[in-house]
Amino acid sequence: MTTLAEPFADGETDVARLLPRPPAARLVDHLARLGTPPSSGRELIGEVERAGLRGRGGAGFPTAIKMEAVRSRGARLLQGRKPIVVANGTEGEPLSAKDKTLLVHAPHLVLDGMVAAARAVGADEGVVCVERTATPVVHALERAIAERRNLADGITLRVAPTPARYVVGEETALVNWLNGGDAKPTFTPPRPFERGVDRRPTLVDNVETLAHAALIARFGAKWWRSAGTETDPGTMLVTLSGVARPGVYEVPLGSPLRHVLRNAGVHDVGGVLVGGYFGAWLTPRQAAMVTLSTDDLKVMGAGLGCGAIAVLSGDTCPLAELARVTQWLASQSAGQCGACAHGLPAIAGAVQHIADGSDRDASAEAAARRWLDMVAGRGACKLPDGAVRFVSSGFTVFAEHIAEHRARGPCAAFDAPAVLPVPRPEESWR
Amino acid sequence: MSATRKKLRLDPIMCVGHGLCAELFPERITLDDWGYPIIDPTPISPALEEHARRATDACPTLALLLERERTR
Repeated sequence: MTTLAEPFADGETDVARLLPRPPAARLVDHLARLGTPPSSGRELIGEVERAGLRGRGGAGFPTAIKMEAVRSRGARLLQGRKPIVVANGTEGEPLSAKDKTLLVHAPHLVLDGMVAAARAVGADEGVVCVERTATPVVHALERAIAERRNLADGITLRVAPTPARYVVGEETALVNWLNGGDAKPTFTPPRPFERGVDRRPTLVDNVETLAHAALIARFGAKWWRSAGTETDPGTMLVTLSGVARPGVYEVPLGSPLRHVLRNAGVHDVGGVLVGGYFGAWLTPRQAAMVTLSTDDLKVMGAGLGCGAIAVLSGDTCPLAELARVTQWLASQSAGQCGACAHGLPAIAGAVQHIADGSDRDASAEAAARRWLDMVAGRGACKLPDGAVRFVSSGFTVFAEHIAEHRARGPCAAFDAPAVLPVPRPEESWR
Repeated sequence: MSATRKKLRLDPIMCVGHGLCAELFPERITLDDWGYPIIDPTPISPALEEHARRATDACPTLALLLERERTR
């Protein structure tokens, strides 16, 4: 595949592939920084495969496999059901801000990625989805799309402002909403690549994933792999909270977590949550050892997820946080699946007892553990599994706190102001 | 023989927990604390297929499916 002769140079000490400094919101700035996008086609899929790009929305699925599934499905279908590209910029995860930041700082990089992906899979239309409550982001995208009218790349782009709920970003929920239904997950199969928007083969990719694809289309897989490691190539956007300088950072994959945290200013670590509320807790010791790589994190029962990382300081009550967030996760259930609709509130209630010191005989903890086993894998989407990982890893990492609360009642920090955010979602599913 | 093996699968959205399936096919289906079925995912042997069929046919919401094992 022919790529631009002059690859984009990474900085000496840090990378700014996705988040240009200063931001490149306008097309003229974007083109001045990266040049005109190449008119790539189907061969992009091979290049993305060589790059080893994995989805940045949370599941980490190999992007090339998804693209090829949509392309071959589209090629086989008659009746004019052309594939369509959906860029997923919904970010219901309260600890993540990277998708919104990317869309405001480099909207054209995401749109380039949509165009390149559309060409690769044989689509002529792309929809970028973002919560309608994020009005500055919606406006930034509308402006950016309007600016591109003269690019004549043959791909029609539009913004779809979605309801703001936690599970909206699940790909079947997004497709169901785009088709006029509720933004709730649906039973699979069919998955969107088989039958998605308007029953067309649908490529749903996270906006960061598409931005990486745009860079791969420009500069090639070899260049893209020059950051990161052999098994975890490229860079990733991470959202850091509970640090002195919270915010969105771009880091090479494989970076030691302690470097990433130290760079943002950290001291007094009580526990680290990796992957947002769908993620897993690490002990301070684990956090000091682990690198931001899939295999390394997997050993500790964790994963990169959407890259949201929260540090809980040692003077926070982790059980109060655990109880509040579990309650919130339960409230985010679409209420469609019995195990989720009933199981998550039951688990949340038990975690509350453990936290407030009323679980003297450990019966609530025993019940919670039984329910965690009971609900895992039984939802149409992964909400129950995410909640299970969050609570189970919390039980392990904060075992000493649980014993303390049981023996002596809640700690002094139990009634302190909340640390982990639990936003109030919109009521509507449409 | 392995090509015709069948598996039970539940559509958890359609299921509202009538629980008839667990009564008709307790060998593979139990109920959780809230009355929703937990399905044993192991393939159904031909000897048990009739029982499995009875359970899927009895489901008032058509949430229980007896499917040919998906080969990838």
